[in-house]
Amino acid sequence: MDIERHEYDVVVIGAGGAGLRAAIEARQQGKRTAIVCKSLFGKAHTVMAEGGAAAAMGNVNSDDNWMVHFRDTMRGGKFLNNPRMAELHAKESPDRVWELEAWGALFDRTKDGRISQRNFGGHEYPRLAHVGDRTGLELIRTLQQRVVALQQEDERLHGDAEAYIKVFAECTITTLLKQGPARDAGISGAFGYWRETGRLICFDAPAVVLATGGIGKSYVVTSNSWEYTGDGHALALLAGASLINMEFIQFHPTGMVWPPSVRGILVTESVRGDGGVLRNSEGKRFMFDYIPEVFKDKYATTEEEADRWYNDQANNRRPPELLPRDEVARAINSEVKAGRGSPHGGVFLDVSSRLPAAEIIKRLPSMHHQFKELADVDITAEPMEVGPTCHYIMGGVEVEADTGASSVPGLFAAGEVSGGMHGSNRLGGNSLSDLLVFGRRAGAGAAAYVDRLAARPVTPDDVMRAAEIEAVAPLSRAGGENPYEVHHELQRTMNELVGIIRKAEEVKEALEVVTKLKERAAATGAPGGRIYNPGWHLAIDLRNMLLVSDCVARAALIREESRGGHTRDDFPGMSAEWRRKLLVCALTADGEVSVEEKEQPPMRDDLFRLFDRAELSKYVTADELADYDALVKES
Amino acid sequence: MGYKAKFRVWRGEGGEGALEDFVVEVNEGEVVLDVIHRLQATQAPDLAVRWNCKAGKCGSCSVEINGKPRLGCMTRMSTFTEYETITVTPMRTFPVIKDLVCDVSFNYQKAREIPSFTPPDNVKPGEYRMQQIDVERSQEFRKCIECFMCNNVCHVIRDHEENKPAFAGPRFLMRIAELDMHPYDVADRKDSAQEEHGLGYCNITKCCTEVCPEHIKITDNALIPMKERVVDRKYDPLVWLGSKIFKRPGSSNPSGSKAG
Repeated sequence: MDIERHEYDVVVIGAGGAGLRAAIEARQQGKRTAIVCKSLFGKAHTVMAEGGAAAAMGNVNSDDNWMVHFRDTMRGGKFLNNPRMAELHAKESPDRVWELEAWGALFDRTKDGRISQRNFGGHEYPRLAHVGDRTGLELIRTLQQRVVALQQEDERLHGDAEAYIKVFAECTITTLLKQGPARDAGISGAFGYWRETGRLICFDAPAVVLATGGIGKSYVVTSNSWEYTGDGHALALLAGASLINMEFIQFHPTGMVWPPSVRGILVTESVRGDGGVLRNSEGKRFMFDYIPEVFKDKYATTEEEADRWYNDQANNRRPPELLPRDEVARAINSEVKAGRGSPHGGVFLDVSSRLPAAEIIKRLPSMHHQFKELADVDITAEPMEVGPTCHYIMGGVEVEADTGASSVPGLFAAGEVSGGMHGSNRLGGNSLSDLLVFGRRAGAGAAAYVDRLAARPVTPDDVMRAAEIEAVAPLSRAGGENPYEVHHELQRTMNELVGIIRKAEEVKEALEVVTKLKERAAATGAPGGRIYNPGWHLAIDLRNMLLVSDCVARAALIREESRGGHTRDDFPGMSAEWRRKLLVCALTADGEVSVEEKEQPPMRDDLFRLFDRAELSKYVTADELADYDALVKES
Repeated sequence: MGYKAKFRVWRGEGGEGALEDFVVEVNEGEVVLDVIHRLQATQAPDLAVRWNCKAGKCGSCSVEINGKPRLGCMTRMSTFTEYETITVTPMRTFPVIKDLVCDVSFNYQKAREIPSFTPPDNVKPGEYRMQQIDVERSQEFRKCIECFMCNNVCHVIRDHEENKPAFAGPRFLMRIAELDMHPYDVADRKDSAQEEHGLGYCNITKCCTEVCPEHIKITDNALIPMKERVVDRKYDPLVWLGSKIFKRPGSSNPSGSKAG
């Protein structure tokens, strides 16, 4: 069979924020870089991000700095975050945002001409650099245009625009290639197919950066696009790397709930940051009833105080609508379950009674447009109906904080596909900045790895042959199971049984279904030819979705506590003992998912001391608290 | 609420193809893309269609619905009667790969021909200062989701393949305007807009503005002002004289908006 072959130094899989930033870095460090993505260039899921990029620039409130941002991030993640990642993120995100501006991004401005910053859930100060409510589009377009600028430079220098950085759009990677079967054998490339032609393609490369985003397409109600099939998570597992924190999935509190065909599409948190409030069917601002103990001193307890906060943040506590996302999502879930929901099974999000119409259209243009066009609702005149939607997975490839390196030599990961940065729950706005900070670091990590290699790795012939057989298998099973049906059943199962609230029996049931679906998926067939055949593509993506769902369910069953994006009905409390443990998923030799407990790396002393004792005592064990006391005494 | 709708969808590849008739279920609140997806799941598993976000934000699902360029995800079924036959075809200006999917590489080629953002050398990241009012003009153009429907509908290339090499299309002429109006861009883009990217081909029929799903006023706010900037340069006797006597004066003003 005819296989197209290319040789690169670094192959980046995924062309969202993390992938593009990684590729730009690798190219800037002189590496020949390929960007491989399933969609057209510039369409990746990053375009959906609305609110902004969190960066402690202090443009709006000069009290902000990396330490405050670090604390907010750890608090939002319920202290399960990899502290080194949270530290790097808080320190470097301002530089990453400013760099975008130098590449042509046009953020909204403050009166003195700096980048404006907006309030968001869990952030102590206005911190999100934004462009209206289309920040993700600005980010991806800027990075896309930066890639083009580098190509123009290469055209001038080498007479070939694609000499050092080339985009392979509508190209899907099915397997990572390695020098041998051993878990620690190095990466030697990546294998896949062109969606447009069905032609197989092989990249020979010593380093691969995974930047494939999330896994939302395993759920029915999701804000995620079709691309989010957990490809990078699965590719990493199959290559011998491990995943952490897979039980933690963020259900964004405000997705559209009606009409049914748009159920799950995101309603930006900026609606609440800019004054929008949540009400139940009785017209009550119910979030005041759901402020958890750990946040009691930071949130307003009356509507009057909450309303004053928008204009005077120094003397008032923030409204509880701006609690971290996991808290708000659970609260909405409880209201609906208690029979106080809106007509279509959500709650009301109202900005119409809070801001003048012109102001709403100026601040939230995409939301105004989206509701008008898709739901026939004018958000300047009436409330929106919203409910939780599967939005983001905190779990992902276990990586070294500084370089994005996984345990497999030559394999790197950044952005949503990597794990650790956000702990058990991600704050809004911390994703776009995560992409930039760790995309750059993974690109640099990959470049440095390539520099250290003595010789280019070689893929054994049998590895190539196996990749080829697997990629085309569904085409030869033309009478096989319908992949769309298997997919729908997986989505329903995960939504109902491993969703926002979990119980041991239900998760066990889900695992049984997933096992059966794996058998059915292996028998799916795709009628039709090789040219742009979505049935074939889905049959291949199913392997990834099922592997990832298996990890999510297994880890969810083992973690017997509730924390961030993992809520167990049968274990409602947060446990200080469990905070010290990470669940690590890997594949056994016979392809089964294994889960092992691992100790969470401790926080460095200087970071530990950034917190006050009263707050720490809500999260950490008595032993850890004694260590803290000793630290303080020492100084 | 559901009913059976009549759909005619273009099927085919490699330059060959025909309209195929389908009868398919439609439910309340659905958009055309939902119905295309139902066809895939139940009747035509290999039916090719591009899509991503399904919320009008990525610009992937551009097709022609009853002959009009539309995003499949933003065209509600409630805008048609239950008895109407709905015809879905690929964008006409670009070659069809298969079914509803076109080869849109023309657009990526043109994107690469427009010189990139060119800031002054002496401003470091973090030092940029711009007023909101000065960034708003370019911000409007940066709302573009690159659905390429403006380029698809533009008659300069829709019916004239021979114009493609010399014409960047509304999308990328707007990109030139965006950069020209960027407070920190120092490149001179006026002559090249006219001479290299085909601004002169545009005779402001506003078809691009009409199909823009982001409601960007492409003609009024980007193309016409850009034409005016070109004309100002060409017919201003002082500028003309200057360009003959001295080296052409580019916009080297590093802050504040440029003339125009």
